[in-house]
Amino acid sequence: MGSKTFKGGVHPYEGKELAKDQPIVEVLPKGDLVYPLSQHIGAPATPVVAVGDKVQKGQKIAEAGGFVSSPIYASASGTVKAIEPRRVAVGDMVNAIVVENDGAFSEVEYTACDDVTALSREEIINKVKEAGVVGMGGAGFPTHVKLSPKEPEKIEYIIANCAECEPYLTADYRRMLENPEELIGGMKIILQLFANAKGVLGIEDNKPDCIQKLQEMVKDEPRIEVCALQTKYPQGGERQLIYAVTGRAINSKMLPADAGCIVDNVETIIAIYHAVKLGRPVTNRVSTITGDAIKNPGNFLYSIGTNYAELVEAAGGFATEPEKIISGGPMMGFAMFGLDVPTTKTSSSLLCLTKDEVALIEPSACINCGRCVEACPEQLVPSRLAKFGDRGLSDEFEKWNGLECVECGSCSFVCPARRQLAQSIKTMKKQVLAAKRKK
Amino acid sequence: MSDLYHVSSSPHVRSKDTTSRIMLYVIIGLLPTSLFGIYNFGYKALILILVTIASCVASEWVYNKIVHKKETISDLSAVVTGLLLALNLPPTLPWWEAVIGGVVAIVVVKCLFGGLGQNFMNPALGARCFLLIAFAADMTNYVIDSYTGATPLAAMRNGEAVNTMDMLIGRTAGTIGETSAIAILIGAIFLILMGVIDLRIPASYIITFIVFMLLFSGHGLDGNYITAQLCGGGLMLGAFFMATDYVTSPITPRGQILFGICCGILTGLFRTFGANAEGVSFAIILSNLLVPMIEKITIPRAFGQVKEAKAKEGGK
Repeated sequence: MGSKTFKGGVHPYEGKELAKDQPIVEVLPKGDLVYPLSQHIGAPATPVVAVGDKVQKGQKIAEAGGFVSSPIYASASGTVKAIEPRRVAVGDMVNAIVVENDGAFSEVEYTACDDVTALSREEIINKVKEAGVVGMGGAGFPTHVKLSPKEPEKIEYIIANCAECEPYLTADYRRMLENPEELIGGMKIILQLFANAKGVLGIEDNKPDCIQKLQEMVKDEPRIEVCALQTKYPQGGERQLIYAVTGRAINSKMLPADAGCIVDNVETIIAIYHAVKLGRPVTNRVSTITGDAIKNPGNFLYSIGTNYAELVEAAGGFATEPEKIISGGPMMGFAMFGLDVPTTKTSSSLLCLTKDEVALIEPSACINCGRCVEACPEQLVPSRLAKFGDRGLSDEFEKWNGLECVECGSCSFVCPARRQLAQSIKTMKKQVLAAKRKK
Repeated sequence: MSDLYHVSSSPHVRSKDTTSRIMLYVIIGLLPTSLFGIYNFGYKALILILVTIASCVASEWVYNKIVHKKETISDLSAVVTGLLLALNLPPTLPWWEAVIGGVVAIVVVKCLFGGLGQNFMNPALGARCFLLIAFAADMTNYVIDSYTGATPLAAMRNGEAVNTMDMLIGRTAGTIGETSAIAILIGAIFLILMGVIDLRIPASYIITFIVFMLLFSGHGLDGNYITAQLCGGGLMLGAFFMATDYVTSPITPRGQILFGICCGILTGLFRTFGANAEGVSFAIILSNLLVPMIEKITIPRAFGQVKEAKAKEGGK
């Protein structure tokens, strides 16, 4: 009890028991590796290899295309086979570097850093930037940008997003249990950048073992503490997490730094540790391969760029043919046409469901019940916003604060009339923002 | 068969709640007072309840058939309307008048405005007010235990003494479903526990009404009088089951409180200064008409939309 939280939110079926107790298993890629040049927010990366080049694991194959961008590294050795548009998880075609895997897994030498505390601020941020670290929880925002706020002395909280509030996902959970020293090591590196900050590990209380373990480990760390959070979706939403931990509220026009916060997810903080301490760029990550269609749901450490089909194979293949496969969690993930899609830095999970319950849904009339209002973590009126969206009323949409929507999907989840509220709102939000950019 | 998997916009899971389940809960919530009404007024009440529900459901079915709309009676909302309407009728009402009431509620008040979710006025109350005007004598002919009795509110107006205990239990004259405050509260507590309704509207309605009566009724701080006003008419049924109708009340949280206040003031006004002893039905449907305006001035402030300075300080 006494766990912190935010107003609103929903309690979907957790589904975490499927993969929760499966230790992380390493998977080596067999087939080609595909590296989309846009797997982060910002400018696409620019290839620094050409077709026919030999590459080694850990070799940079594309460099950042600007400040808000991130380099990409080969995650296996082989030959560059093509640089061509490939289908990615969200459904778009994105220019990608294709590497034919030679199966040798030869790797470049990394230079570890013996004394991280001796590094300067610039050196640390540069290492993070060069290693291609981005927000690996799903957003893909380049981490070095996040770590470079205008006024670093005003940062008071470094929040590790250990909520993992999306149902089914257990990758962060396994990371916390199996690699806690890397998580805490990464946190210490970030704290080194911000003299006035304290580190908070925000963990949902459905993971009492993680809370206990990490509490034990940080008991002698004066600057790091564990904060238990109520198990409620979207507890791991950035704005909701900041509110739960600090009581500070930010809106769409503000950055976490405006509230004196920097939020990074578990996998990202571990990547920071690898980058700064071990000198290793981002070439692999842990994802949960789960769902009732998967034979042996589990958590896998694999080379980024590996085809999703290989990960399904690693999880024993399909027990039953799925009807829907989702990159990410069931609340905010992207449904995919097929498995022939590469994993990227932001692939947190592959969820394979035997039944697509959304396909069975027949939306009926809104009865104004207000359940979406109660559920909305942003305190909006989703049913009204969806109506404005469907009718193209952009002024009304803005007046009712539609642009504050965080697209968590809680409104669609609770709607008893089964209306696709989040879809209508997201579409309208895109249109309004696009119109604003034109001006 | 296509070898492509399903795609759709997130979220990919849904809660188990459905419109018909909510309506079913409302029906269950109305059972205690319905059963008490049947116990209190006898088989005539039962017949009236069944006839009114049948009239509502049949009206919706026929209307949808005629205008070639998808059948909607399975959402159970017509059953709720029928039951609510019946609970608002005197047990002696001729059955054919109740049938007309059902048709008016469903066809005129609900379907002509677009069906479920689109009506701007509570269908049951709209129909009740229609019947009150059309069949004034029958609609105010209250009989209990085969003798004609005034409702407690009417009796008080005439300066007669009333027994508040009778009113709490419901052994008084009145419409089928309004007499027993206890039975209504049992159903209301069920709905609150199931998350179907919350206290915003009923509480602001009742509190406002009490304040209004204390100030303007001319009875001052007379506990007996206030209790009788609360339990002697349609206020309890109205506050918990009709003002809380989703479709015709505001969706904004602050709007709901304001709506309850409007209902409370109007009820007090009608009961104190009106020609009739009762005023709940008219108060609620008039407040229904104010809902669009109420919503407009109560658009909730989004999360984090605080004054910049406060956010910087990190105000809690």
